[in-house]
Amino acid sequence: MKYALLVWSNLKRKKTRTVLTVLSILVAFLLFGLLGAIRQSFSQGVDVAGVDRLIVRHKVTLAQLLPSAYEARIEQITGVEEAVAQTWFGGIYQKPSNFFAQLPVEPAEFLDMYPEILLSDEERDTWLRTRTGAIAGRSIAERFGWSIGDRIPINATIWTRKDGSQTWDFELVGIYDGAKKGTDETQFLFHYDYFDEGRRFGQGMIGWYVVRIADPERAAEVSAMIDSEFANSPTETKSEPEGAFLQAFANQIGDVGFIMTSIVAAVFFTILLVAGNTMAYAVRERTNELAVLKAIGFTDRGVLGLVLAESFVLVIIGGGAGLALAWLLVSLGDPTNGMLPSYFIPTRDMVIGVVLIFVMAFVAGILPAVQAGRLRVADALRR
Amino acid sequence: MNETVEDGAVSGLVAVRGVDKVFKRGSEEIHVLGGLDLDIPEGEFLALMGPSGSGKSTLLNLIGGLDRPSQGTIEVADERIDNLSNRKLAAWRARHIGLVFQFYNLMPVLSARRNVELPLLLTHLSRSERRKRAEIALDIVGLSHRMSHFPRTLSGGEQQRVGIARAIVTDPTLLLCDEPTGDLDRTSSGEILDLLQALNREQGKTIVMVTHDMHAAERASRTLFLDKGRLSLEPSV
Amino acid sequence: MAGPFNWLAQILSIAVFNLRTLPQRVGSSLTAIFGIAGVVAVMVGVLSIAQGIMRTMERSASPENVVVLRSGANSEMMSILMGDDVRFVSEAPGVAREDGDALASPELYVIIDRVKKGSGTDANVPLRGITPPALEVHKDFRILEGRMFEWGLNEVVVGVGARGEFEGLEVGDVIEVARENWPVVGVFDANGGIAEAEIWVDAAVLQPAYQRGNSFQSVYARLESPDAFQAFKDALTSDPRLNVKAMREADYYAEQSGTLYTLITTLGTLIAVIMGLGAVFGALNTMYTAVASRAREIATLRALGFHSGPVVVSVLLESVLLALLGGVIGALLAWWAFDGFSAATLNWSSFSQLTFAFDVSFALLVNGIVFALIIGLVGGLFPALRAARMPIANALREQ
Repeated sequence: MKYALLVWSNLKRKKTRTVLTVLSILVAFLLFGLLGAIRQSFSQGVDVAGVDRLIVRHKVTLAQLLPSAYEARIEQITGVEEAVAQTWFGGIYQKPSNFFAQLPVEPAEFLDMYPEILLSDEERDTWLRTRTGAIAGRSIAERFGWSIGDRIPINATIWTRKDGSQTWDFELVGIYDGAKKGTDETQFLFHYDYFDEGRRFGQGMIGWYVVRIADPERAAEVSAMIDSEFANSPTETKSEPEGAFLQAFANQIGDVGFIMTSIVAAVFFTILLVAGNTMAYAVRERTNELAVLKAIGFTDRGVLGLVLAESFVLVIIGGGAGLALAWLLVSLGDPTNGMLPSYFIPTRDMVIGVVLIFVMAFVAGILPAVQAGRLRVADALRR
Repeated sequence: MNETVEDGAVSGLVAVRGVDKVFKRGSEEIHVLGGLDLDIPEGEFLALMGPSGSGKSTLLNLIGGLDRPSQGTIEVADERIDNLSNRKLAAWRARHIGLVFQFYNLMPVLSARRNVELPLLLTHLSRSERRKRAEIALDIVGLSHRMSHFPRTLSGGEQQRVGIARAIVTDPTLLLCDEPTGDLDRTSSGEILDLLQALNREQGKTIVMVTHDMHAAERASRTLFLDKGRLSLEPSV
Repeated sequence: MAGPFNWLAQILSIAVFNLRTLPQRVGSSLTAIFGIAGVVAVMVGVLSIAQGIMRTMERSASPENVVVLRSGANSEMMSILMGDDVRFVSEAPGVAREDGDALASPELYVIIDRVKKGSGTDANVPLRGITPPALEVHKDFRILEGRMFEWGLNEVVVGVGARGEFEGLEVGDVIEVARENWPVVGVFDANGGIAEAEIWVDAAVLQPAYQRGNSFQSVYARLESPDAFQAFKDALTSDPRLNVKAMREADYYAEQSGTLYTLITTLGTLIAVIMGLGAVFGALNTMYTAVASRAREIATLRALGFHSGPVVVSVLLESVLLALLGGVIGALLAWWAFDGFSAATLNWSSFSQLTFAFDVSFALLVNGIVFALIIGLVGGLFPALRAARMPIANALREQ
């Protein structure tokens, strides 16, 4: 610690340069944090997928429907605890850009299937009682300024009503929170019965099943059993763990992770150049002083350590502030105003960020530090 | 040989034996000192004079352990320093050597007191002890009132006195001064030389001073002239 | 007083003088150049994705073509048209005719899963059922390899984009649709349009396979001329038997890609701006270093009677030159690395895969370089002002 003042004083020598370098490092880590949050939201839900849940869908594509009668048959299969049907409603609230998922479900079964969806007992009871009742995630409720008791009209794009109208009216009876970071808080959920009786066509057909299994270890086995149950029928199924299903869906968007990583790599490489260059200058213009330190009795390793310490201080301040700022900005809400289903920096990315701070500090500082360590006193002093 | 060793055991603080330093300039080898011998008894104030390029600074660097001889041996306080590793040499310098430079070489980013304290960072002294010693050293050079000033706000003479305080703060075995008055006016030079002389006489410091200045050399207890790697008592022509 | 020529001469002599010291500052100059190059490359790269999607959509549209969907439907996926609807549409005024047949192609649109190359997971690939007029309406359609499918047979042809992005779509491969095996007999292209991401098949074969009876999802029609659109649209919307909407192809495709384009452009710009900020800091650092290392020279020149204006301009000039160099390198890098790079993504509106090629357009390159110049100007301005304001006496003493 006694060398701290020496390190600090040296950084204060060229204040502008130090500040600018810290700022550019800050920008790099800010971007790292923000891109981490964006990447996370594109791989929506994969991290929080239930290990004990399978998704059963039409073999050809998710867009084709399954008979609701499959539910009972699935539930009879050994290893299956429960199956819940969901359907893509695909309606529009006010305007097409207000995109969010609307799903008709069996409320009691659904809440049982998804313990991470937190709803007060009172709201739960009201929802079960209210035929036209719907619940919404906290995130979209805030985005559209909904409160409990609001009447929410949604225009169907697929499911025309029996009377030929497109508008379905719902009463908002509950707002749920996610138990975990990353739980989708943008869903709008309503009664399957209301939906099935109201639609003009497709009665008795649902989109896909979510199946809870007793033993996650046997997921592959149970999936195979479900698929073979319906093999050679007009509607064959495809079952897979929820995580794999969500991952496949995320992959459809493209390799977002790869693009984000490439950008971050480009940014870090650039900032590394900036920081490394700053350190190189800091050493070059102080050759004489560093030599004096050695003359006084500082060892080669000691001088190397001093220069490296400067690099660490620079990068830790800049990187730490960058990560903190990213965290702050992300916690203020996502830039697309609620279009992303979840928006936060995963803990794993934060840890990687901290590791990167140390890696960058080392890489930026090590060359100049070694150069300073190798400095031959007698030569350097003669200059 | 025997004679010298005995002699050294009695009073020789520094014993330089057959030392040479070779510099390479391209393919050409330049022998700067050519097997030089020198004994410096404890308590001496030795002035080294000689034309530029005569090897004065090289010799000073060798005695101070800033550089190693190409051949020959150097003993300081009964310890061979010509074959120490860089690491050991650094530790040795910290313990035994105080250096005063022509251009002061203070850290511009540190205050006078912090500059003086710098060598003490290498010791195990406590923070308050370091501070106290630095203040004493500054008091000795008469700069107690300038303690918190930064080098750029001090005059040349004052900066050099901070440099001397830094050199003596560790109570080194040997004080090495490379043209300590080379960059100063006559008045400041006089003050610096007074200070060195006082350190020599009152505190018994052994001092080796390289200088160009006859007036400075007059203050020393012995003056040697170095030319083409040979030491003599008189300047050659 | 200094005339304009004198000024110019001063700027030139200082600039030349500055450039001569450039080799001493290679490290920091290269940092600035590559820093800016990195920013421009990333910016151009990301925006070229949006540009590529846009271009695919633009190429899909021909001015005299229209799309008819059930009203309320935003995409073919959500639309349904019965056999009668189709007949009324093809009889509407303005529809072009050839040998008495209306150039109106009723089409089916379903999605099948194919394994996406690279990720190895399933993706939604559009399977389009067409009728014979389609080949006249979609006039960019061209068989590249193999042959066209036989009408009435379970055979498919595959767009070049789909073949590139998904597994098992080469000529000779067999895909399973509705529990039947359908061989791939040909590969087609469509002038880079959206159809290249699709698999085409005879609608008459697809209808029974998907229990669609005689229903379709859309009608693509060629009009006699682009001007015939209004009359055509009015006729359809005023027909009480019909509940459909008609759009020009261009408008339809623009709407289809709107969300995706906006999302990518917004995120791309955001990233570019933040990175640009970082680059400005880098440039500032470089130019401050440059000015500091020449403080004495600049002061000497000013002591000799040079004005501070030329000093400012010459420092700015250097900064802008470095930025220009970085911008050009970055733009070329992006062009070399990204232009034509093919990719596929999910188009939200049709819930199916869209294949496209990154498009590094000339305008995008110019934007990138302009962005670099802005970075250079901002990065050079403050150091330039500092150089000009530096008290001569102080600077002369600095070493």
